[in-house]
Amino acid sequence: MSETLITCRGLTKTYGRKTALAGIDLSVGRGKIVGLLGPNGSGKTTLIKLLCGLIQPSAGELAVDGKPIGPETKAIISYLPDRMYFANWMRAVDLFDLFRDFYSDFDHERAIAMCHSLGVEPKDRLKTMSKGTKEKVQLVLVMARKAQLYLLDEPIAGVDPAARDFILRTILTNYNEEGTVLISTHLISDIEKVLDEAIFLKEGKIMLHETVDNIRQTQGKSVDALFRDIFRAQPLEGGEF
Amino acid sequence: MDWNLTGDRPIWLQLSEQMERRILTGIYPPGSRLPSVRELAAEAGVNPNTMQRALAQLEQEGLAKADRTAGRQVTQDTAVLETARRQAAQTIIQTYFSAMEELGYTKAQAAALAGEEET
Repeated sequence: MSETLITCRGLTKTYGRKTALAGIDLSVGRGKIVGLLGPNGSGKTTLIKLLCGLIQPSAGELAVDGKPIGPETKAIISYLPDRMYFANWMRAVDLFDLFRDFYSDFDHERAIAMCHSLGVEPKDRLKTMSKGTKEKVQLVLVMARKAQLYLLDEPIAGVDPAARDFILRTILTNYNEEGTVLISTHLISDIEKVLDEAIFLKEGKIMLHETVDNIRQTQGKSVDALFRDIFRAQPLEGGEF
Repeated sequence: MDWNLTGDRPIWLQLSEQMERRILTGIYPPGSRLPSVRELAAEAGVNPNTMQRALAQLEQEGLAKADRTAGRQVTQDTAVLETARRQAAQTIIQTYFSAMEELGYTKAQAAALAGEEET
């Protein structure tokens, strides 16, 4: 087991002429909850997809648990995509069976227990569920694994603020303590207090990688306030219609 | 008692202050066992590592001590508790005087007014 869980060196991803990630260097340790923060189009989802092996880097190196991305790393990564990918006719329990077959670290009983605490009926078909409930099912699938690395792409974007708190608590009380959770979001004020570290991405580059408490200590403001300072868009001035 | 976290200061510091307040107000009485880091972190909705750091601070101040088997206990040392209580009182008094000063009262006037309120 290597000391750092994620290592990137000069990691670059381009889509045609557009650069999504511009040579980032990054290392993330174990047992941490890390926020991947940046405005839309800053490269958050690209980095997560590279870690999952869904897309290939254009240049640079990437390793999880000291290994290149492949079947071995996929076995220890639990990924929450930013969109649904399940068939509507399935029930939550069908998905649990599927996950039990695919992942040896999936805990079926735990998944059922999490459903009950989130107010989801596991025997309901996805078709009959609201968007928020489907997101909860997806979260249960991801958090019921005892993974080394949880990659959560915008886990709280689609739900109301009360459900957000509930989901964050579910993440906090269910993640494997030796594992690391990487959460991408632009809703910073909601998740700030659950984070150990924050990574600020801007236009495919890392602007800042620091612990939340150090940011508050040295800047005298919250991560949310710092984010607004760094990413404040300059309004277009002087134009008349 | 709810957790109240503001944006401008480190979270662990605010957590340890609020844990201290809970100990001094008897929510966690002397000699009682503190809830686990995980329980407290879930209750406050914060990262367990952050809560861990807050509790380490309480240990440093002597208000809590780690047991090898039973988790953490609130100290039974009355001198330590009294010192902490006194410090908390000082802070409240300082806040009072500076707020009164803003209103235009001298320290003596503020103290006199507080004395009148007592009866």
